[in-house]
Amino acid sequence: MTKQADFPVIFELSQENRKGYSLPELDVPDVDLDSEFSSDYIRQTNPDLPEVSELQIMRHYTALSKRNHGVDSGFYPLGSCTMKYNPKINEDVARFPGFSQIHPYQDESTVQGALGLMYDLQSSLSEITGMYDVTLQPAAGAQGEWTGLMMIRAFHEANGDYNRTKVIVPDSAHGTNPASATVAGFEAVTVKSDERGLVDLEDLKRVVGDDTAALMLTNPNTLGLFEEHIVEMANIIHDAGGRLYYDGANLNAIMGYARPGDMGFDVVHLNLHKTFTGPHGGGGPGSGPVGVSEELAKFLPKPVLTTNGESYYFDHDRPDSIGRVKPYYGNFGINVRAYTYIRSMGPDGLKQVSENAVLNANYMMRRLQEEYELPFTQHCKHEFVLSGKNQKKLGVRTLDIAKRLLDFGYHPPTIYFPLNVEEALMVEPTETESKETLDEFIDAMIQISNEAKEDPELVQEAPYTTVISRLDETQAARKPVLRYYRTEE
Amino acid sequence: MQHRYIPMTEEDKKSMLKTVGVDSTEELFADIPDDVRFKGDLNIKPAKNEFELKKELSQLANQNVNLETHTSFLGAGVYQHYIPSIVDHVISRSEFYTAYTPYQPEISQGELQAIFEFQTMISELTGMEVSNSSMYDGGTALAEAVNLSAGQTRKKKVLVSKAVHPESLEVIHTYAKGPGLEVVEIDVKNGLTDLEQLKSELDDDTASVVLQYPNFLGQIEPLKEVNELLADRKKSMMVVSSNPLALGYLTPPGEFGADIVVGDTQVFGIPGQFGGPHCGYFATTKKLMRKVPGRLVGQTVDEEGYRGFVLTLQAREQHIRRDKATSNICSNQALNALASSVAMSALGKQGVKEMAELNMKKARYAKTQFEQHGIDIVYEGSFFNEFVVNVNQDVSQLNEKLRENGFIGGFNLGSLSGEWKNHMLIAVTEIRTKEEIDQFVKEVGDLND
Repeated sequence: MTKQADFPVIFELSQENRKGYSLPELDVPDVDLDSEFSSDYIRQTNPDLPEVSELQIMRHYTALSKRNHGVDSGFYPLGSCTMKYNPKINEDVARFPGFSQIHPYQDESTVQGALGLMYDLQSSLSEITGMYDVTLQPAAGAQGEWTGLMMIRAFHEANGDYNRTKVIVPDSAHGTNPASATVAGFEAVTVKSDERGLVDLEDLKRVVGDDTAALMLTNPNTLGLFEEHIVEMANIIHDAGGRLYYDGANLNAIMGYARPGDMGFDVVHLNLHKTFTGPHGGGGPGSGPVGVSEELAKFLPKPVLTTNGESYYFDHDRPDSIGRVKPYYGNFGINVRAYTYIRSMGPDGLKQVSENAVLNANYMMRRLQEEYELPFTQHCKHEFVLSGKNQKKLGVRTLDIAKRLLDFGYHPPTIYFPLNVEEALMVEPTETESKETLDEFIDAMIQISNEAKEDPELVQEAPYTTVISRLDETQAARKPVLRYYRTEE
Repeated sequence: MQHRYIPMTEEDKKSMLKTVGVDSTEELFADIPDDVRFKGDLNIKPAKNEFELKKELSQLANQNVNLETHTSFLGAGVYQHYIPSIVDHVISRSEFYTAYTPYQPEISQGELQAIFEFQTMISELTGMEVSNSSMYDGGTALAEAVNLSAGQTRKKKVLVSKAVHPESLEVIHTYAKGPGLEVVEIDVKNGLTDLEQLKSELDDDTASVVLQYPNFLGQIEPLKEVNELLADRKKSMMVVSSNPLALGYLTPPGEFGADIVVGDTQVFGIPGQFGGPHCGYFATTKKLMRKVPGRLVGQTVDEEGYRGFVLTLQAREQHIRRDKATSNICSNQALNALASSVAMSALGKQGVKEMAELNMKKARYAKTQFEQHGIDIVYEGSFFNEFVVNVNQDVSQLNEKLRENGFIGGFNLGSLSGEWKNHMLIAVTEIRTKEEIDQFVKEVGDLND
């Protein structure tokens, strides 16, 4: 049973024979379709989609949007996700008919504008990352990871090296890293972090071997710390015959300061929806271009966009390619947005992005370390990780702190990640937030810490101001209800 | 220079640096070893102001022939359809498009509920019990379905029809390398999957049989017979890729015993955009619910008993299960799933059928017109909104001439295989008028003489 005050799902607004569409007329002679088919193939019951008017739909989704928090609604310091401002010019450009209303199978001569944009974006990303070539085909970061690993696999196999079955990932890595390794047919093995939050070089030497295909590394890592020993690490992996994979989720910290290619990385993926402002869309669509060293370029997914100086074209003749990873040419609409952003920023602007992202994070970290445990005390890059273990002693968990932040109008930081920090709170302010916003958030965090000391129940029972209180996730998982069922009245 | 996206002033910076305890931001980058420090300037184009950049990119966009400048009969997996105006208005609400994955349900009920509604609509259309929140696109959804079938049945062989979209087929081959699957391609005979060959290849090692419905050539595969074939082999799965619009008219694959149904909802509210982003869907049975890749939204209650929605069964996913996850997918296509939900809501129960029938009727009219102009229709079977004609000349050259007259012609099947030389795959959707069809057929006919 649902309560009277439940917010309606759209199916509950439905009334038979109400219409929300305006289809073209049938202006050709009518034909009897049913006579053409065996009745087995003619749908007997229409799909139960809602029957609602246009205004009802608009009100429904407008109301839903008000039950959602985005970057434009308020501060969103969700660590590792780079929730920066999404420029509006990007949205306008992506909607130009010359970009949105083109078909992937149009003749290449008719889409030179689109291909030129893609080529310039590839070239810009190559320059920013210091890589030899870039493919725009992968749809998101995780697909980029898998694509990169498949290329590393193809590289080893081309060398007759079939025993490189292991991919090393730090214990602080994003979950996608080990998952992508599995999907690419590798076994993921973990390397520990040391007491400074960096990859433990001794442990790395221990796990590396002639079965090592690759090390996947995020740098700065998920603690927001730069892996200072990157050159030694690259040497350890390369000397063992492995290749180095760069998870570009944290590129926002180092643009114009350091490039993965210069650090010795062989493959890089980027999340254009993070660093390069393709909006996150409530969970995609993203875009996950992959950059490679010259040695790996022949394994790029096909087709490869290239130019003969006069026009741009797709090269399908790539005998060593790992094959196609996605139909068509990637999430072009997102790539248009990222390209617009890069052109809005220029080289100096991108460097300022990283400079300010890092300054903002350090400022917040230093102010918050007075109230929250800071497990790693060196300067951070674009994000930092606090531990809520002091508050936990008072009975207030990190989850409670996150829920209490909702009452202040903030999206909380990433919580319980990375896994190597107890009661983790991972904060990434980004460069697009003002000092006033940072200060207000810091004040809220300090207030919550005080509440934990003085009135822990207040925090434990939060939130108070949201449209709904804490939800029963156990029930959702035990008896999954994954769709709406119409009940007879 | 101060950039409009970066609010920190020099004064702000000074006071922040003081709090941090350093003299300059440079010191915050001192942990980057000198020998890997990038010291030059990035060699990319300089920044442009908003007005000039918009103008430049508008001119670049205008270099492309597009579906507003030309009348298109091109489909082959990406279709031009009616998109209700409300779709773009809804997805332009920044509470939706500037949010991320709804990890905090109390402030993400909008997105969560929208996904729940999407899942419901996909279940309804496909006749399946469970749908996920979306995949990247139809092609990768199909490849993931293939890998799931192998993992679930612990078998290594998959039989994939060559009448599956050729690029999806390529993606299946790439994805299959990870788990080391054997992908056996089943030939096409008279526009349909060769069931004799399928039968002969089907054995105890077969994880799944993979078809597209309607297939790449527009023809309707006989899923009923395929299901009967599989009945003897209960342990092989039936995986179907389906254009969801066609399911407004056709019996859904779920009613033919499909185990997994995937496809792309681009047909509902998503423009072609040069091939992406579109929106894959993934629907299956309750039995496979805990093996599904990607996000699932489930209904539950809050502390006061009010209905609410959360991400659920997350123990399948990479952020919890890491190397044991059912897939590595993280970001999917949430905003496009929303676009499709709005379009499906607008169409509703009747509109989706009406739209499917309009496609079929207009396509049949076009087919008849081609026949009357003496142009060969290659396959005679039942079809949805696409059919193949033999134009007796090179299709890309024909398309070039058609373009001069304002048309984007059909897909050049000859680019895939020599046996389809001079064959064009023509798509006719509900937005094509009789006049446009007549004119197009006449042009093709004239150029064919």
